[in-house]
Amino acid sequence: MTPRDLLPILAFAALAALVPILVTAGTTLNFAIFTLILCLAAQGWNILGGYGGQYSFGHAAFFGTGAYAAALLQLKLGISPYGAFATGIAAAATVGFVIGFLSFRSGLRGSYFALVTLAFAEVFRVLANAVEFTGGAAGLLIPIDVRPANFQFASRASFYLVALGLVVVALVMTRALERARLGAQLVAVRENEQAARALGVDVLRVKLSAITLSAGITGAAGALYAQYFLYIDSNIAYGSWISVEALLAPIIGGAGTLFGPIVGAVLLHSLAEFTKSLVGRIPGVDLVIFGVLLILVVRFPPRDLPGLIRRRLGR
Amino acid sequence: MSFLEVDKVSKRFGGLLAVSDASFTVAEGSITGLIGPNGAGKTTLFAIVSGFEPPTSGQVRWRGQPITGRPPHVLAGAGIARTFQIVQPFAGLSVRENIAVGAFLRHRRRADALEVAEQVAARVGLSAELDKPAAALTVAGRKRVELAKALATAPQLLLLDEVLAGLNPSEVRDIVPVVRAIRDSGVTVLMIEHVMQAVMNLCEAVHVLAQGRIIASGTPAEVVAAPAVIEAYLGHGAAARLARHA
Repeated sequence: MTPRDLLPILAFAALAALVPILVTAGTTLNFAIFTLILCLAAQGWNILGGYGGQYSFGHAAFFGTGAYAAALLQLKLGISPYGAFATGIAAAATVGFVIGFLSFRSGLRGSYFALVTLAFAEVFRVLANAVEFTGGAAGLLIPIDVRPANFQFASRASFYLVALGLVVVALVMTRALERARLGAQLVAVRENEQAARALGVDVLRVKLSAITLSAGITGAAGALYAQYFLYIDSNIAYGSWISVEALLAPIIGGAGTLFGPIVGAVLLHSLAEFTKSLVGRIPGVDLVIFGVLLILVVRFPPRDLPGLIRRRLGR
Repeated sequence: MSFLEVDKVSKRFGGLLAVSDASFTVAEGSITGLIGPNGAGKTTLFAIVSGFEPPTSGQVRWRGQPITGRPPHVLAGAGIARTFQIVQPFAGLSVRENIAVGAFLRHRRRADALEVAEQVAARVGLSAELDKPAAALTVAGRKRVELAKALATAPQLLLLDEVLAGLNPSEVRDIVPVVRAIRDSGVTVLMIEHVMQAVMNLCEAVHVLAQGRIIASGTPAEVVAAPAVIEAYLGHGAAARLARHA
């Protein structure tokens, strides 16, 4: 990885850091923070799905594990929120490794892998809803105690910058992956698994590395969600909404590209907010839009939006 | 101790015996041919040697060590690389990136892998196509990419599954010296081939597979004259009829 590889990420970070200076309205910042959390979740999905071609429909399993682990460790064990956050990432990565081991070792691919991940996420959701330890259907409430040492900030701008920092870390990790042997082998597995094996790629090891990394990043998004909204329940943490968000953003923005998930997440959420304000508060109208978009994207795959724009502008 | 030794290998798919008790050896530094009519089991035998299929019985030995049933990526690491009869490019990647995947096996750093990819591309005559998408190449170009990817893993034994099939005579003439140069650089080549002109030209030793069995082994000139080989290709009694008319 050369400094030049990091330039676009730095440019993005600098631009995005301007947002809290230009915008002070609480709802707008709230929206921006939520979008950043989704960017992070989508960036996680992008590593496994975009670069590795293993389409997971159950990234909620990792998002939720990150969220629940971060919340539970603070509430039940009194661990510092930062420690709980880090452990949440590790817990999500572990769940990713285990799900990966079980499904990839049995050779599950394509829609079979997608279905298995979906099933895992649903099992986690039902369990979290039923077990008393996780607060059951009532969910978990992290008590408000606004101190930076407690990972709670008085100003939304501070939290925005923390979320942005995490997104930038995920971007740098993705860029590093692109430039590393693992990244090349991961893309090779996506393009042609058989050919990759013939060229000495240990397909199982590559897929397991990818799902572990992917789950860790999406788990970070979950832990961040818990820390920002200070409340989770099973339908938020393990709900299929986040699985859909995590996969839709990269697919629309450009799966397997560095900024695809971010372009997609920002686009989707601006659109969702716009339609909400247009048609009023009909619950679920944004989901209808997402559904229509998903159908359109599957029917007319755009490859990636930045690439499309570049082609339109004429190289 | 042979370089590569296939020892009484059989492969059964349900009721079909695809390879039956096949034994042969490949000498280090040679270009050895594996020929035979369609459906003789050549590609299955390749899949067994390269680890893609386990044999039902029998053993494959590599420098005296049994390697039967080891997975392909381990064998690639040990120095056995293969190409596929139906080319298997990484379609979304450039030619350079395609070859680099092979080079990454021995080179951890991206810069090194890309450099090796360029060198290998020069060896197979792909220097001008390095930045094209692999999917945009002609059949001949894709065959060269297939060859280059395998070569980039720095193999000691290269298994070529019909790299000449589908090429026109002038393209065949172009690629024959490439294969010879690969051998001259120290890579042993075992090739499945239907293009007899190339087999006669390139191979020092040829094994003939028919209905899963090795029916003849020897120099190219010997095997094409062997009655068993003529009958395998042209039918029962053909050898005798040819001899009468000669």
